[in-house]
Amino acid sequence: MKRSDSWLGEELARHGVSRREFLQFCTVMASALALPDSVAASIAQAIEHTTKPALLWLEFQDCAGNTESFLRASRPTVAEIVLDTLSVDYHETIMAAAGHQAEQALAKAVADKKDAYIAVVEGSIPTGAGGAFCTVGGRAAIDIAREVCGGAAATIAIGTCAAFGGLPAAAPNPTSALGVADAVPNVRNLINLPACPANVENLTALIVYYLTFKSVPPLDHYRRPLFAYGKSIHDNCERRAHFDAGQYVETWGDEGHRTGYCLYKMGCKGPVTFQNCPNIRWNGGTNWPIGCGHPCIGCAEPDFWDKMTPFYQHLEGIPGFGLGTTVDQVGAGAVVGVAAAFAAHGVVSFYRHRQDVKERQRGPERGHAEPTQKGTDNRKV
Amino acid sequence: MPRVVVDPVTRIEGHLRIEAEVDAGAVRDAWSSSTMFRGIELILKGRDPRDAWAFTQRICGVCTTVHAIASIRAVENAIGAQPPPNARLLRNLIIASQCVQDHVIHFYHLHALDWVDIVSALSADPAKTSTLAQSISDWPLSSATYFGGVRDRIKKFVDRGQLGPFANAYWGHPAYRLPPEANLMAVAHYLEALDWQRDVIKMHAVLGGKNPHLQSFLVGGMATPIDPDQQASINMGTIAGLKELTAKAKDFVTRVYIPDLLAVASFYKDWAGHGAGVGNYLVYGEYPESDGGSPRLFLPSGVIRNRDLTKVESLDPSKITEQVTHSWYSYSGGDTVGLHPSQGETAPNYTGPNPPYDRLNTDAKYSWLKSPRYDGQPMEVGPLARMLVAYASGQPRVKELVTMVLGKLSVGPEALFSTLGRVAARGIETQVLAEKMDEWLDELTTNIGRRDLRIQDNSRWDPATWPAEATGAGFHEAPRGALGHWVHIRDRAIANYQCVVPSTWNAGPRDAGGKRGPYEEAIVGTPVADPERPLEILRTVHSFDPCMACGVHVVDAGRHEVVRVRV
Repeated sequence: MKRSDSWLGEELARHGVSRREFLQFCTVMASALALPDSVAASIAQAIEHTTKPALLWLEFQDCAGNTESFLRASRPTVAEIVLDTLSVDYHETIMAAAGHQAEQALAKAVADKKDAYIAVVEGSIPTGAGGAFCTVGGRAAIDIAREVCGGAAATIAIGTCAAFGGLPAAAPNPTSALGVADAVPNVRNLINLPACPANVENLTALIVYYLTFKSVPPLDHYRRPLFAYGKSIHDNCERRAHFDAGQYVETWGDEGHRTGYCLYKMGCKGPVTFQNCPNIRWNGGTNWPIGCGHPCIGCAEPDFWDKMTPFYQHLEGIPGFGLGTTVDQVGAGAVVGVAAAFAAHGVVSFYRHRQDVKERQRGPERGHAEPTQKGTDNRKV
Repeated sequence: MPRVVVDPVTRIEGHLRIEAEVDAGAVRDAWSSSTMFRGIELILKGRDPRDAWAFTQRICGVCTTVHAIASIRAVENAIGAQPPPNARLLRNLIIASQCVQDHVIHFYHLHALDWVDIVSALSADPAKTSTLAQSISDWPLSSATYFGGVRDRIKKFVDRGQLGPFANAYWGHPAYRLPPEANLMAVAHYLEALDWQRDVIKMHAVLGGKNPHLQSFLVGGMATPIDPDQQASINMGTIAGLKELTAKAKDFVTRVYIPDLLAVASFYKDWAGHGAGVGNYLVYGEYPESDGGSPRLFLPSGVIRNRDLTKVESLDPSKITEQVTHSWYSYSGGDTVGLHPSQGETAPNYTGPNPPYDRLNTDAKYSWLKSPRYDGQPMEVGPLARMLVAYASGQPRVKELVTMVLGKLSVGPEALFSTLGRVAARGIETQVLAEKMDEWLDELTTNIGRRDLRIQDNSRWDPATWPAEATGAGFHEAPRGALGHWVHIRDRAIANYQCVVPSTWNAGPRDAGGKRGPYEEAIVGTPVADPERPLEILRTVHSFDPCMACGVHVVDAGRHEVVRVRV
């Protein structure tokens, strides 16, 4: 259905948004996507003229945390309109139809809008028990994923479970759970939006990007959009100056904690976690975990449930933390260490190192902690 | 007898399947099945107990605080940590705001479409809608122009031909009974509630860094520092911001949610005669208002049996067992016994049909949920249980509001034991909690004024201070009901972890004696006008607010067998 230009104007008016505010939003989005401001005009044009694409949201081994995040879209207000521009033809948590009427709606959308719809997958996909660890309408999750993602113009794996297997895939992975890349190899235009849950602002930005440019944004080696996962938490942290100055929280509630010192010693995983939390924050920019005094747990990274735990143990392998080191040396040394860790493939070696450490720590008791059939190769581009 | 299958049950969290035998216009028998399993408790084995809250929190992203709260309480109980008063207050605020926001979302976004026909709203007269709205509330968004705008918006949406999430539903079903004006009013408030929930949950971002999955919990307290002289701490500016949010929460609940609930209920009073369920109610109690081992609780604990409101038994957690006769698990001592959660076993044993399948064999095992029992009996948990126990125990504000609601609907207390009773109880609880939050904020302010800035019991933070072996239990009233976590710590690592969850209590299958679970029992007798469109079954199931990702019992950490399945 071809939409007239006036449609967006009405949508905006209904939300009390002037055209000027809308263009401002487009500028903000352009900025979130790290594009020149001049692109804002083309974003506006693309959104206004696009027909309403169908979105099919599948939930498998999930907690609906990403669905809830989706419901929190708040900044700017017009982001809601951008989401309104989609036709959400299937989403179990919000749709009115149930049972076979719901499954009919899915089948119809898949058939009628083949190669045009966007699939969103929330939750991991179990491959054990012949698919019986997750069924919807009597069908195994993996069969539904193959069909729906197979006909999608693009698939968004939202949240760490869908992107990398997440919590169900944590050792010993009792259900042989996989992320989309591994469960349904060769899905066209797969984009991972990990984090537990994913921040809705990044989903919004991704959708705008896709509608504007009709293409997938540049991705990192874990298929994460660079505009949201290009820099580490540590690089943009508001407490970075305290890290550099060697000022750390030592005990919960101590003066350093109250003053907002660095949470590195309390276990913060910000140095090895790539996401834009410090920039966009959460719930309409209200706050973020480090802002409320708790360390980052690394939730946007693959296998963080195994590789970032114990959560309250500070990162290892970063020089400058030995006994007898002065506070200033700690700060300077750590900066060098982190910089080195971030050199090409440094992060990968860091994870391997962590895994080795992990296995030594857990010992034979967790012998089944073998990270199992997770085809790491598929997760990397 | 013809069997109606509803799978997926939508507008819930998680994966739920209902099979029901329908004859002569009513449900004769019913089976509730959960069709998803992850195994989170097995994943917890060997890990640092201080991390457990983050793992269990991911059981559910809708009630995103509840498994974190139960987990830190269980570990604190095991290692002897005692959170300071400020941590108790911060937790109460987080728990209550979760409950308030979650209940409103349930009413408008998960449950309303069982009672409200959006298509009928298109034929509403905005002027009459305005009159109706103004007759029940002084909420300012109530002019004819406003409702005309909402109606036009829906009309344009429908005219565009892309109905999205509203496609293929039961619109026009004879069981819809609201006049068009009431439908339009409800649709307007459905949209308003979408904005409201997004705003009020900023309380969680303030106190927990983000929502969903707040990140400020600690075993022993909270990670949010308090200091009136620091901008990186909870200070008086933070408190003022929170007060603005609690005011916004209370305003909408008082002036929109409760009036809407009463208005809608007045058209469906016959639903006070459907969905009675098992008639036993269990409550752990919530909102500690003092510190130490046996705190004073704002909402009391207790057990009511056989709908007898004259007697509230005190709760004895040792009477809790779980059975697996009809669940896809095996017990080493045979599948007909019940085990206490502290001795729980969970070896998955899938014996159901290979997917894709049309029908479950409900004579055998048929669900990933276990069957929890109290003293051998199935128990309903949740807002209705909480309000009944509080009402029967004489909790003053609950008693007052229950009496008000019964009076407005001209029904007696027996009407509470029903589908409609669950809807009403959820509203009453929301009102009680929305009013209460400011008191805890004031208490926090008083503490800050006294320079009591403690947020954490650091004396037990270092695992070296723990005994070599420790066990603990953590109890919590989640929005959907009584939640218990049991933990066994050995050599400073988790040796065993068990969760007995509200939706397991409510949605679990039959037990060894063939006794139905609460959903199953409540559905029996429900009228079904059109088996092809079983709207009435959804009404009763949704009245419990299912949360299946929570309900699925996860693998017992004490066993190594992981998968013994028929493939």
